[in-house]
Amino acid sequence: MKYKVNKKGFYGEFGGAWIPEMMYPNIKELRDNYLKILGNNEFNKTFSSLLNDYAGRPSPLYHAKRLSSFYNTNIFLKREDLNHTGAHKINNTIGQILIAQRLGKTRIIAETGAGQHGVATATVCALTGLKCTIYMGKLDIERQKPNVLRMKMLGAEVVPALSGNMTLKDATNEAMRDWINNPIGTYYLIGSAVGPHPYPDLVAKLQSVISREIKWQLKEKTGKIDPDYIIACVGGGSNALGSFYHYLNRKHVKLVAVEAAGKGIDTNESAATTVLGRTGVIHGSKTVLMQNDDGQITEPYSISAGLDYPGIGPFLAYLGKSGRVIFENITDNEALKAAFTLTHLEGIIPALEPSHALALLGKVKFRKNDVIVVTLSGRGDKDMAAYISYLEKQQPDETRI
Amino acid sequence: MNRIDKFFKNKRKDILSIYFTAGYPHLDSTAGIIRKLASAGVDMIEIGIPFSDPLADGPVIQYSNSVALKNGMNLKLLFRQLRGIRKYIDIPLVLMSYCNPILSYGMEKFCRSCNSAGIDGVIIPDLPPELYVKEFKSFFTVHNLINIMMISPQTALNRIREIDKLSTGFIYMVSSSSITGVKKGSLKEQTEYFSKIKKMKLKNPALIGFGISDPESFKHACNFADGAIVGSAFVKVLGQEGENAGTIRKFIRYLRNKINVSNYEKN
Repeated sequence: MKYKVNKKGFYGEFGGAWIPEMMYPNIKELRDNYLKILGNNEFNKTFSSLLNDYAGRPSPLYHAKRLSSFYNTNIFLKREDLNHTGAHKINNTIGQILIAQRLGKTRIIAETGAGQHGVATATVCALTGLKCTIYMGKLDIERQKPNVLRMKMLGAEVVPALSGNMTLKDATNEAMRDWINNPIGTYYLIGSAVGPHPYPDLVAKLQSVISREIKWQLKEKTGKIDPDYIIACVGGGSNALGSFYHYLNRKHVKLVAVEAAGKGIDTNESAATTVLGRTGVIHGSKTVLMQNDDGQITEPYSISAGLDYPGIGPFLAYLGKSGRVIFENITDNEALKAAFTLTHLEGIIPALEPSHALALLGKVKFRKNDVIVVTLSGRGDKDMAAYISYLEKQQPDETRI
Repeated sequence: MNRIDKFFKNKRKDILSIYFTAGYPHLDSTAGIIRKLASAGVDMIEIGIPFSDPLADGPVIQYSNSVALKNGMNLKLLFRQLRGIRKYIDIPLVLMSYCNPILSYGMEKFCRSCNSAGIDGVIIPDLPPELYVKEFKSFFTVHNLINIMMISPQTALNRIREIDKLSTGFIYMVSSSSITGVKKGSLKEQTEYFSKIKKMKLKNPALIGFGISDPESFKHACNFADGAIVGSAFVKVLGQEGENAGTIRKFIRYLRNKINVSNYEKN
């Protein structure tokens, strides 16, 4: 495969492991072992049986007929929202917890923004009986109460990150500091295809189950493996990479990553990293990130807590730079509107994150014969407050309720 | 010869290096603090360039970083503040920063600016030795600048040897498995680690940092290494008691009060 990490952990100029020496032994241990474990039969048997029987895979590929006729094209939804815990995040946490066990770790740490990865981590910790500490920005804790309660019920300790702006970026810093402070017996279960090598490669591989399924499911439904487009939203990039992975070398399939423009890319309240960012180093990885002229990392904004990360993973940064993946961006309002369109036409309430991917359907002119796969990375339960407040601001006929 | 190498030729005992964050407590504190530390008799000074995301730092230095950034500190301004400092002091000066602000400024330009400002060494915690050698070493060599590398209690023996081989100046020994400003682990564990390194007879001098905050921990570090680096404890003093010469002199004297000194202070 042409698009893959090199021996030193780089994708072109992006990637690497820019970490303090204190983290080196743990990163080296993971780097030296992850491919061996991923190739191990026993591991794969356990991993796929948990994906099937515990997470509920394969997730359906649903031909959304009413949505298709609304946009006058052919749309298939990859239903990651139907996974256990309500998002694609569980694919990664099941895989990584099995790795942590094989490395003999007894304690798991993780960062979370909206709480989806935190819940998915707390879930697999309960499943395996491992101790679990989740770092979450103090602001996010206040904004995402239900997920905090879920994590606690699952037995996790939720520690507020009080540094910086007290959101996802700071929670990630705190998780890394915890790992520096607890180098023995602790495993850092990172939630997206970000961080030092080998995490971006590891997470992409664990999430690649999404595109592996799309291939045979689409063949079953349409007679061919390749759609014309695959569209996915991007925060760090794990659901996008998972959706694109097995299509990277199938050149005629257009891969589209949708970033959150927040209130608009000119407003200073945006998370459109590839538009507003430039090359730098964040959380152990060289990638594209939002920063000021002095190299201080700036705080992104999006209505969707899962997309407001100031960087993107290095693999996606590389795929974007090489032109293999096309980047687009969608504002808060466009995403909100798209969420209601899907809900009304198909009876599916999506999370705010994939609503950004859905909104692109209304902005690009597709041909009638095009086959489009949109990854519905999560369900909308956690976003009901945002949807209700949007609804209250609309005229009744605008939302048709 | 680089000032750090020259310094260690003359002194290999009880070395005290002090860290503070540029632009803290006030934007224009930097040059004054350097001169006051020098006249209080410290051996070396480590100047922190504030960063929004200081991964290896504990709450005290995180706080000084965020205040310094709010005050408006940046690399360009820091180099301006350092202009002329060499007229007043002769001890080694080291800059400490994370990768991103330096890469944003440009690594080659950064090394050149360090050289003109009279900076002798740089500590970049998130720049691993392998990446330093591959991407940046030539800039450091051209501008007579030393990249100081770290080891921790978890660093494997063969890697310590490798880092010693790649290093010049001195090796920064992180005292325990921790971020800055946090005292962790038992004295026994620490002693075992310190004596293990001492027995390795590294080619480079070693200074111990992280968690060195008082006369006891300073003396303990000096028993095993060439000296130690005090950061968070000094930053705390700056925040609570201010930056006047008397306060700084008192704190330096306090740190040294368990070791035999009579003639460190200068006027």
